[in-house]
Order: sequence, then structure tokens, then C-alpha cells
Amino acid sequence: MGRARPGSAATSLLAATTLALSGCGPAGGSEDGDTVRVGMLHSLSGTMAISEVTVRDSVQLAIDEINDDGGVLGRQIEPIEEDGASDEATFAEKAQKLLQSDDVATVFGGWTSASRKAMLPVFERNNGLLWYPVQYEGLEASDNIVYTGATTNQQIVPALDYLVEQGHESLYLIGSDYVFPRTANQIITAYAEANDLEIIEEEYTPLGHTEYSTITGEIEREEPDAVFNTLNGDSNVSFFQQLRSAGVTPDDTPVLSVSVAEQEIDGIGVENIEGHPVAWNYYQTTETPANEDFVSAFQDAYGEDRVTSDPMQSAYNAVYLWAAAVEEAESFEVDDVRAALDGIERDAPEGPITIDGDTQHLAKTSRVGEVNEDGLIDQVWSSEEPIEPDPYLTGYDWADDITEVEEGE
Amino acid sequence: MDAILNQVPIGIAIGAVLLLAALGLNFTFGQMGVINMAHGEFMMVGAYTAFVTHAWFDLNPDYALLLAVPAAFALTGLLGLALEAGVIRHFYGRPLDTLLLTFGVGLVLQQIARDVFGAPNVDVPAPAWLAGGVDVLGIRLHHARLFILALAVLCVVAIAYYLNRSRPGRQMRAVLHNRDLAAITGIPTRRVDATTFFLGSGLAGIAGVALTLIGPTGPTLGHNYIVDAFLVVVVGGLGQLRGTILAALALGLLNAFSEFWTDASLAKVIVFVAIIGFLQARPQGMFTVRSRALT
Amino acid sequence: MTAEDTRATTRPAPTAASAAIPDPRPTPLARARDPLTVVALVAAALLVLPLFLDQFRLNLFAQYLCYAIVAIGIALAWGRGGMLTLGHGVYFGLGGYALAMHLTLARVAEDPMAQGGLPDFMVWSGLETLPLLWRPFANPAFALFAVVAVPGLVAALLGWSVFRQRVRGAYFAILNQALAAAFVILLVGQQHLTGGTNGLTDFPTFAGNDLYSPEAQWVVYVIVVVTTALVYLMFRHVAGSRYGSLLVAVRDGEDRVRFLGYNPTWVKTLAYALSAMAAGLAGALFVPVMGIISPEMLGVVPSITFVLAVAIGGRYSIAGAAVGAVVMNAAQTTFSESFAGGWIYLQGLLFVVVIVFAPRGLAGVVQSTTAALQRARRARATGGTPDSTHRTSDTPQGTDASGSPR
Repeated sequence: MGRARPGSAATSLLAATTLALSGCGPAGGSEDGDTVRVGMLHSLSGTMAISEVTVRDSVQLAIDEINDDGGVLGRQIEPIEEDGASDEATFAEKAQKLLQSDDVATVFGGWTSASRKAMLPVFERNNGLLWYPVQYEGLEASDNIVYTGATTNQQIVPALDYLVEQGHESLYLIGSDYVFPRTANQIITAYAEANDLEIIEEEYTPLGHTEYSTITGEIEREEPDAVFNTLNGDSNVSFFQQLRSAGVTPDDTPVLSVSVAEQEIDGIGVENIEGHPVAWNYYQTTETPANEDFVSAFQDAYGEDRVTSDPMQSAYNAVYLWAAAVEEAESFEVDDVRAALDGIERDAPEGPITIDGDTQHLAKTSRVGEVNEDGLIDQVWSSEEPIEPDPYLTGYDWADDITEVEEGE
Repeated sequence: MDAILNQVPIGIAIGAVLLLAALGLNFTFGQMGVINMAHGEFMMVGAYTAFVTHAWFDLNPDYALLLAVPAAFALTGLLGLALEAGVIRHFYGRPLDTLLLTFGVGLVLQQIARDVFGAPNVDVPAPAWLAGGVDVLGIRLHHARLFILALAVLCVVAIAYYLNRSRPGRQMRAVLHNRDLAAITGIPTRRVDATTFFLGSGLAGIAGVALTLIGPTGPTLGHNYIVDAFLVVVVGGLGQLRGTILAALALGLLNAFSEFWTDASLAKVIVFVAIIGFLQARPQGMFTVRSRALT
Repeated sequence: MTAEDTRATTRPAPTAASAAIPDPRPTPLARARDPLTVVALVAAALLVLPLFLDQFRLNLFAQYLCYAIVAIGIALAWGRGGMLTLGHGVYFGLGGYALAMHLTLARVAEDPMAQGGLPDFMVWSGLETLPLLWRPFANPAFALFAVVAVPGLVAALLGWSVFRQRVRGAYFAILNQALAAAFVILLVGQQHLTGGTNGLTDFPTFAGNDLYSPEAQWVVYVIVVVTTALVYLMFRHVAGSRYGSLLVAVRDGEDRVRFLGYNPTWVKTLAYALSAMAAGLAGALFVPVMGIISPEMLGVVPSITFVLAVAIGGRYSIAGAAVGAVVMNAAQTTFSESFAGGWIYLQGLLFVVVIVFAPRGLAGVVQSTTAALQRARRARATGGTPDSTHRTSDTPQGTDASGSPR
């Protein structure tokens, strides 16, 4: 077309965009008397869909259960679903849509740190409230986010305590190259200095990396007492497969993972990871009455072969905690709900949890488990009691170097 | 010193994987000039074939993998044939269009895999006889790696025999050198094209089966290898079997050693810079087809 | 492509051949009409669209325009120059990070909590002073300059080194793809410099102005619309100039142009650098619009998506490419909002259908429809056979866009 018909180009440009944009135009209006809108923002496509779809299913389950029980403040919850597409910009864009166009009361969503960081300014700017369901690297406490997963002192630090208790004296650190592993390893290094642990090596590989022979070779040679694994996603599959074919067994060198849950084990191959420890706050096998109900409700809804994992459980709790805070505040307004957060308690599948109003994190119990031959995880250690959240690690002297920046808050 | 020596088999192992992934491209891209972005998805289909042989037909993993190799070759080969007959043959001589076209095909294949097998990775259990490894002169060689290497060698030998000794193989080379002249001498170029595409795609299936031994089997499996595989063919020279072999090994070793001295992230960048540098010296790759044709 | 065509396109001032190959430069009438249309469109975007769209949708539209700017650049390099650039995410990223880093430094400078005036990711990564690389970016003028200069320079260097060695066609495409892959790995790996996978986000101010206020968002929107129009006019001018003809000639017969005494290396390098600069500018505009830039948006797949937008719009038409980018991204938003998983099928099929049935994209469809209508009208007027000699100048006949005949 080019020069020949600029006029038609112009017209089609305008026509096309007006059509496309107004076709899905402003949803407008706030919720009517019977329902309250909430956003669900997870990746339904792209690389993260594997994990995030399971979290979405749990949020949906909780919403359905609450609706069957009569809803929140007498209103039915109406979820508005958006796809984050494993892409940070999309997360930011969709968060903006949910808050500005759909006018939702709150949003459940996110998985990667990157997606949370991308959404954070959007929520702060529009004074929204995001419920983020995954364990993460800490050093954050936004007024506009409630963190229902573990922060570092509820997962990484207890996991280190466990390794020391087991008599391990040297660690090999392996992680994917992004903020969570890097921060986790800084904490581990500081902890190691204070506890006479030797760090043999600290290795990072790009996300999605599949070639681990160099690293498994090094693990074989250096023979660390244990490996602390912060690899993310697919890389775990290659790493554990290649580790096993290198002949490294959990008896020689246990590999403690903090990003491998029930959901991932089947893809890794049970035979490759059986016997290795993992650290979370919840396992499908956790013995609480609430968990029996949760697991059976989930499998009824989505199939007997589905497993439940820590982030799924955290996302499930998030909906109930939000509903409880709304009931407490007798309002859907973000400011009122936020004011009501402190001290909200629940007997969750993972045991008792309580919201800490200052940090908007949860007090929760820490657990270490071992992968068994069925691909589930058996608990081998627990902190017995809920651990108070400490995202800036202010309660740990050895962590001063990492956190002094943030203590001003 | 031992540690450095240890990188040699690792480099060769990485090279073998690259070689398997690139062998098929050597046909479709090297011989025919088709940039098949769906090649990665063909590998994915091969990997899922390995999954299906053990999960759906409930075969013993000890030999399911061996059966998966020919099954994957046939299946992806036919898939490639269908792609060639359906669309690609209208695009010969327009490599850039085939690139975009096959990217779209790849997207669709990925989504089909997601809908059929689910988004999560599936587990393809390795045969028991592939676990562990042997020590040779203080260097550890993993059985799984040796198997991949053997598979690569087998494929290379078969291809070399096919190209140099068999009649259709020689016809294929003739078409590569000069299509018009080949057509004039009575070679059925259409059939040769279809055969070439069948072989190239089938090799992707074999590569896919091998990849289940060292990495995750999921809808995006091919994505991790496709760029590297293309680079191997570019560095080796189009349609040059020995070039592909040498380039795969060279890139594998370079990757292994730069990862050893720096880290995995930087290694990838080093390899890329090295390739740009190499193409400065030899823009057509290591080996080229000598031709008097004016381009 | 026949020798006849080649000779005609290579000649800077076509004479007798102009019947077969019309003068690629616009006629005075078209030259005046073009900017007028653009002005009308800008006015419509600024005055009409806000009546129909809320703040969020308007922001989305600005985002599509950013992609349109990238598409305009690619249309020059690929459509006119035959260089399939599968790595434009890199240049988009260079421009985006240049501005984003400035905005980040500006935020940190005003934040009393920040230690040593450093962004949080640098602190976590153990840096104590601002790396030398980023120091100049504290200056807004330098950052704005870098937005265009850095992508241009990188592209010029890369382009010069590969074009000099006559690396072209598929080779060039694959190298570009590898460049995108390596760039992303580098960005992620150098977390202390780039913020890693998280990228850079949260930009409250620019040059002392609150970027989050509705007024600022409006200003950003106006800037994006006007910039898109200016970039379009500039690239149309370049494409219509003598240099533009030379570029098309290089695409269709590089060696023949060389024999005529031109140096194709420079012709191609310039087009490639220009298109990279457009991408850099687009990346920078994207930053205040979306409030984030991260490696995820710059890799192999996003880079291919840039090109596909151009293919859908019409690679030989600069306006078509821009429209293609807007339409494709708008369609993506619409579909992913209504049925997320199905979008992938639709997208994949769309690519296949467009490449197979409409290789010249939307622009080609529009063009052949108008041409058919004109022919019919002329046939009716003269009573003769339709005029079959009239062909478009910008489309190569019978060869691949890379110019290598089968």
C-alpha cells in the first residue's frame, strides 16, 4: 500500500483500533448489590503457566466454597480472571485493568518475584490490595500487598538450622540467575559465617538452563556435605536427572530445594529426586483437620490425581483471610480492609496462621520434608510453632550487612 | 588439571546434543534453505513420543526408549512431510517467509501439546541401564551421555552412508549443488525435496528422544535448543555434514570451558561473540559448497 | 526477478522503465497528502479516542503505538532493505533500559531510604557505589540522547561487521536471533547492573514531574502519539528518497549495486541502524507508558513477534507495518481477555494464513483490492483489457526478500 493509499491506511488504523479497543471497552461501574468483584491474575499461558494454573485453581476453589456458604458480607464473590502470560509487562497491564476498568475490591495473583515487582507500583498508585501467594526473597513490605507465602526467616533460615542440626558442615549453592536465589544465597552466606558452615561454591545458571554436567561434575569432585538448591522451574528437571546419572545419591549429598513442591516432582521424575529434602510450610501430607478437607475438596473439584502444594495452599488461605478481614472491617474498601488485617487468624491446612499487620506477612510454621517414592513429601522436621514473619531479618545479628539499608523503615 | 580434563567429555557431550539437534537442520535448512522454526517443536514431538511409548503403551522403560527412537523418527518425519507438502513447498527460495510461517506452526504445535499432555513437564523415566557412569582415566563418563553420543555417531554414519553411497542420497547432493542441472538430468527434484524434509524432520524426532534423558519434557522443550542448533549449522556451513559435526563439537567444548572459567550465563555470551568473530573470518561457515553459480 | 527489473530499480532516476516500475518517490500531490493524513490521524488520536476510551485503554493504545514505531523501523530494514531482523528486542531494550535507568536513579536520588543513592537491586548485589556505566544516566539529557544513540551505535557496529562480510538472508536472521538470546542472558546475568529478571520498574518522576498523575499520563500519551507520527513521516521520507531507492536496489541485487560503484555495506548498515534507533525510541516511550522494562520483553520470541506484526501489516509498506502492529496487539489484548489459551492457536493460524495467502500483509490486501477496483473502472471506461503492466515498486517480483533468486 505504502505511498499509494495513505488515506486507506489512516482510516483502517483508526477503525481497527477503535474497534479493537472499544470492543473490550471500559467495563465501568462498581459492583452491584449482590456481588463483589475480585481479580484473579495468574499466568495461564507461557512458561509460568505450569505452576500458576494450580494456584488459580485453588483460588477458584476457595471462592466457590465461600460463595456456597453465602458469600462475604452477604455478597457473592465474582472473580474476574486475567492472564499474566508469564510476562511482567502483561502483569502490570492487567493489574491496571483490574483496578481501573473493573474496579475490583482486591486481587489474588502473581508468582515470580518479577511479576510482583512489576505489579507493586500499580497497586501502590491505585491503592489496590494484592494477595501474593508464594514464598519469596523478603526485604519488602508494601502496604498494598499481603504476603501469604513464607519470607526468608520462615523457610531458608529454618532449612539452614535443619542442615546444621543434621551435622552438615559444608554447602554447595546452586541457583537460577535472578533475585530470589541471589538474595537467598546472600542470607545463606551470612548465616554460614556465623555458624561455621563452609560455602564451597556459589553457582548460578540462566533461567531455563538445561546443561548441568559441569556443575554436577563439580559436586562430585568437591563432595560438599549438602547442596542448597534455589533453581527455579524446568532447570530442576535437568539438574536432578543429571545429578542422578552422575551417581550422586541423597545419602552422600542431600540436595535441599526451596522451589520444588509436589507439583514439580512428577516432571522431575520421582526416581531422580526421591530422598532429597525440601523446605516449605505445608505439604499435601501435613496432618491437620483443615488439610484433610482441603485436599479432598481440591481433588473432588479437579480430579483425584491432582496434588496440592504450598503455594496452592497459601493462595487458598489468602481468599479466606481476605474474606475474614472484610467481615471484620464490614467494608470492601481497601483502607478499611487493611486496617482490619492485623491479628486475623485461621486454622489453615498448614496449621494456625496469623496476619502481622505491620509487615502484612503471616506467622506460619516451617517444615522440612523428604520426597517419598509416591512423589509426595513426608515431613521430617518442623518448627513446631508458628514463626513470626521478619522480612528484613532484623532479629538476626548475622544478617546486619544484608538488611541495614532497610532498617530505616 | 583433572577438573579441566573433565570438561572435555562434558564439552563433547554438549556437542553431541547440539549435533543431534542440528543434524536435521542440516537437511532442512542446509540442503533446502528452509528455516524451519518448528524444528524445535518436532523435537518436542519426539520427546513426547518417548513419553507415550512408556506411559500409554505401558512398556518397560528399559527398552521403551529404544523403541521410541524409530517411532519418533517416523512420526516427526511424517509430520515434516505433511508440512512440506501442505505449505512449505510453495515457499522454496523464500527462507525468511518459511521462518515466520513455521514459527506459527510451532506455536500451534506447542499449544496442542499443552492441551493433550497438560502444561506441566511429564516424566520420561530413563532405562535403569543408563543410570550411573564409568570412570576412564579419572574422568567420569555418564551412561546417558555416552548413549547420546552413540546415538549421534550412529546418525552421522547413517547420514554419511546415505549421502555418499545411496542413489537417493547422491541425487539429494546433486540437487543441492545445482537444482536446474539436476532436474535436466532426470532427477525428480520434487521427490528429493520431500525425502530431504522427511529425513530432516525425522532426525529432530530422534534428537527429542535423546533430550528426555537430560532435560525436562514439556511443551517448550524445543525452544531451548533451536537457536543453538541453527548457529551450529551456520558455523559449520550450509549443507555440510562435516561442518555441522565440527561446529557442534567446537561450540560444545567452548561452552563447557567458558562455563568452567566464568559461569553459565557468561558462557552463552562468550559463545555468541566467538561466533560473530568467526563469521568475520569465514562468513560462509567452516565449509562451503564450491559453486560457479552467480548469486 | 528478471534482469530488466533489476536494472530499472537500480537506476536512481528511472525513465523509460517507469511504466513497469513506477517512481518510488511520491508525486507532489501524494507528498502533500501524506502529512495531511498523518496530522488528521494525530488529531483524531488526541481528540476523538479519549472520548471513547478510559485512562487504561488509552494507555494500552499508547503501548500499541510503541510497537508501531518498532514496526516502522523493521519495515525499512526488512521490507525495503531485505534484512530480516529477528533481534529488534535488543534495541528496544537498550532504549528502554537507558531511560528506565535514568528514572530509577531519579527515584533513588529523592528517596532518603536508599543507601548510597543506589537502587535496591544494586544494594542486594553488594555494590557500594554507582557503577561507572550508569553514572552519566543521572543526567536526563544524556539519557534521552542514549535512548537513540546507543541502539544506533550497537546496530551500526554489528551491521557493519556482518554486512562487510556479506552475511545476509537467513544467516543474518539467525545471527540476530542469537543476539537477542545472548542479550537477554546478559541482562539477567548482570543483576547488579540491570536488576536481573525483575527488570526496572516503579518510575514516579521525570525531571521533577510526577509521572503518576493523570495529567502526566496524558502528556505521555500526547508525546507517544506525536512521536509515532514524526517517526512515520521521517521513515517515509527516507524510504522515498534516493537513498530509499538504493536500499531497495541492494535488496534486489546486492552484487549488481556493488558493480555500479556503490558500497552496499554502508547502505544496509544505515538502514539497520535507523531501524534500531526507532526501536530504541519505542523502548524508551514504552517505559513511562507501561512503567516497566524487563528482559522477558526482549528475547527471541518478543523479537519474532515484532517482525510478525510487520508481516501481518505488510512488510513493503511502512504505514501497513504500523497498522499491523497496532491491530495485532489490539487483537492479542482482546483475545487474551476473553479466551486466554485459544489466543495461541489463533495467533499461530493467523501467521500461517497471512504468510500463505497474503504475503504482503494487510497492506497488500488493501492494495490489490484497490488496484482491482481501479482496473475494473478503467476497463469499463476504455472498454479494453485491464492494464496488467502496472505493478507496485516496493515489492520484489519472484525473489525472496533477501534478494537471492532460487
